[in-house]
Amino acid sequence: MKQAIRIAGAVAVGAGLAWAAPVLAQAAPLQSPPAAPTAVVNKGDTAWMMTSTLLVLMMILPGLALFYGGLTRTKNMLSTMTQIGAVACLAMLIWVMYGYSLAFGPDVTSGFLSNFISSFDKAFLSGVTSASQSATFTAGVEIPEYVFICFQMTFAAITVALVLGSVVERMKFSAVMAFAAVWLTIVYFPIAHMVWASSGLFFKAGALDFAGGTVVHINAGVSALVASLMLGKRIGYPTTPMPPHSLTLTGVGTGLLWVGWFGFNAGSALEANGSAGLAMINTFVATASAALFWMLAERVRGHKGSALGFCSGIVAGLVAVTPAAGNSGPFGAIVLGAVASIVCFFAVSVLKPRLGYDDALDAFGVHGIGGMIGAIGTGIVYAPSLGGPGAADYAMGAKLLVQFEAVITTIIWAAIGTAIAVAIAKAVTGLRVTPEVETEGLDIGEHGERAYNI
Amino acid sequence: MKLVIAIIKPFKLDEVREALTSLGVAGMTVTEVKGFGRQKGQTEIYRGAEYSTNMVPKIKIEVVCATALADRVVEAVQQSANTGAIGDGKIFVLDVGQAVRIRTGETDDSAL
Repeated sequence: MKQAIRIAGAVAVGAGLAWAAPVLAQAAPLQSPPAAPTAVVNKGDTAWMMTSTLLVLMMILPGLALFYGGLTRTKNMLSTMTQIGAVACLAMLIWVMYGYSLAFGPDVTSGFLSNFISSFDKAFLSGVTSASQSATFTAGVEIPEYVFICFQMTFAAITVALVLGSVVERMKFSAVMAFAAVWLTIVYFPIAHMVWASSGLFFKAGALDFAGGTVVHINAGVSALVASLMLGKRIGYPTTPMPPHSLTLTGVGTGLLWVGWFGFNAGSALEANGSAGLAMINTFVATASAALFWMLAERVRGHKGSALGFCSGIVAGLVAVTPAAGNSGPFGAIVLGAVASIVCFFAVSVLKPRLGYDDALDAFGVHGIGGMIGAIGTGIVYAPSLGGPGAADYAMGAKLLVQFEAVITTIIWAAIGTAIAVAIAKAVTGLRVTPEVETEGLDIGEHGERAYNI
Repeated sequence: MKLVIAIIKPFKLDEVREALTSLGVAGMTVTEVKGFGRQKGQTEIYRGAEYSTNMVPKIKIEVVCATALADRVVEAVQQSANTGAIGDGKIFVLDVGQAVRIRTGETDDSAL
């Protein structure tokens, strides 16, 4: 049962080895050469990857649920948390049914199609046993395939949950579930394949994306924007005040997200090694920088440095450092975090009000914009002259072009796919709750409960 | 009997309570309220969205006392709740027609 993913052995090893290691973490694919002796599963790597997987789960529940929930109004707290939990669970089930196979399964026969998607040959985890292994970035070192499947499963789960940030407080629960199923299938699985599978379009082009800046954040952010535009504004937006109901819970959620993000970023090294260590230190310092720079931006605009600004800066920094985690030196990461934080601040507090769209919790403003800054910025901070891990002959111009192409492709793919998914959800469920339910709150209207009975 | 209603700054509650108990006032009812007068609210900003909250949190105290005591109650509240700043609050005095202690059925002054 060696490796069904042993695709592209020759290509990946031949063309890929030179740059592969820190470049594109997560890519399942860099296999040991087919002729090599049995690859070893290291217990330390395995334990770290199982831990990382659980850390990413913690980012969703309770991390993201509290972060988003605290930002909504009291009457929609449960609906927000429940939608996040439910789409994550749906993603887990779809992942083992066919998602993993579409993203990381054996190649399809068409060479063109294999740029975008894998085959159904591993649907229902066909052929996977506890003896199956997945490659890491070190030749001859592998991890159990079940662990790799679980790790990647949590990425699918959190990405679809992130999208919901723009549509809370007005989208039907049934519509959320229908949207999630379609969106995962036509948007997430193909983009995950393009970035992380060795036959994928961006992977072959050599795009730098350590832990999923394109797949997770640009993808979720752009999808959130399109979904919120199609869904329309909340009743009363922007004239009625809609302040967050509990920044305390948002703060707790922020902390859980940050801690969990070490599983997300350092786990994307797929091994417990120096690359994971680099991702870890970058996840500390880029985030610290972003938290403070958001508050500084507030001061420069004449406001007070706020708790929500602090939390928003942390998330913006985490988003921006995701593609750069193992692809930057610590000081490059600090600059990247600062730049992303300032740009995201302007996106949510200046750009959004001017354009007038109702991205309720700023999924686009933070994840979409922060993801783009991170993806492009990674091409810069990767340079050895800036302390990055790139080779001495690193050609920044060429790499930036590749990064730019990956970003544009992701934006277009996510926008079109989301439009289709929302249209299907609308046809099946009606999409939006009635004005009565929206006014009364989705907690009572959709779930028959209140978050707080005091 | 008189009903004295005082709207005061929340942090002044303990001082007012002490001033009134030292006068022999045996009980009071306290409610957390919001409202506005000359003192305007603050501006809150969440990710650039500005909300001006024009309702300020206050404490409402209700005390029923014998008519003879009413002037001293008003004076005690006025002095103990005073900071000299705008937003210190207001005091209203109303006549009370009847009072009954539920446990014993006592009425009027002896019910206070």
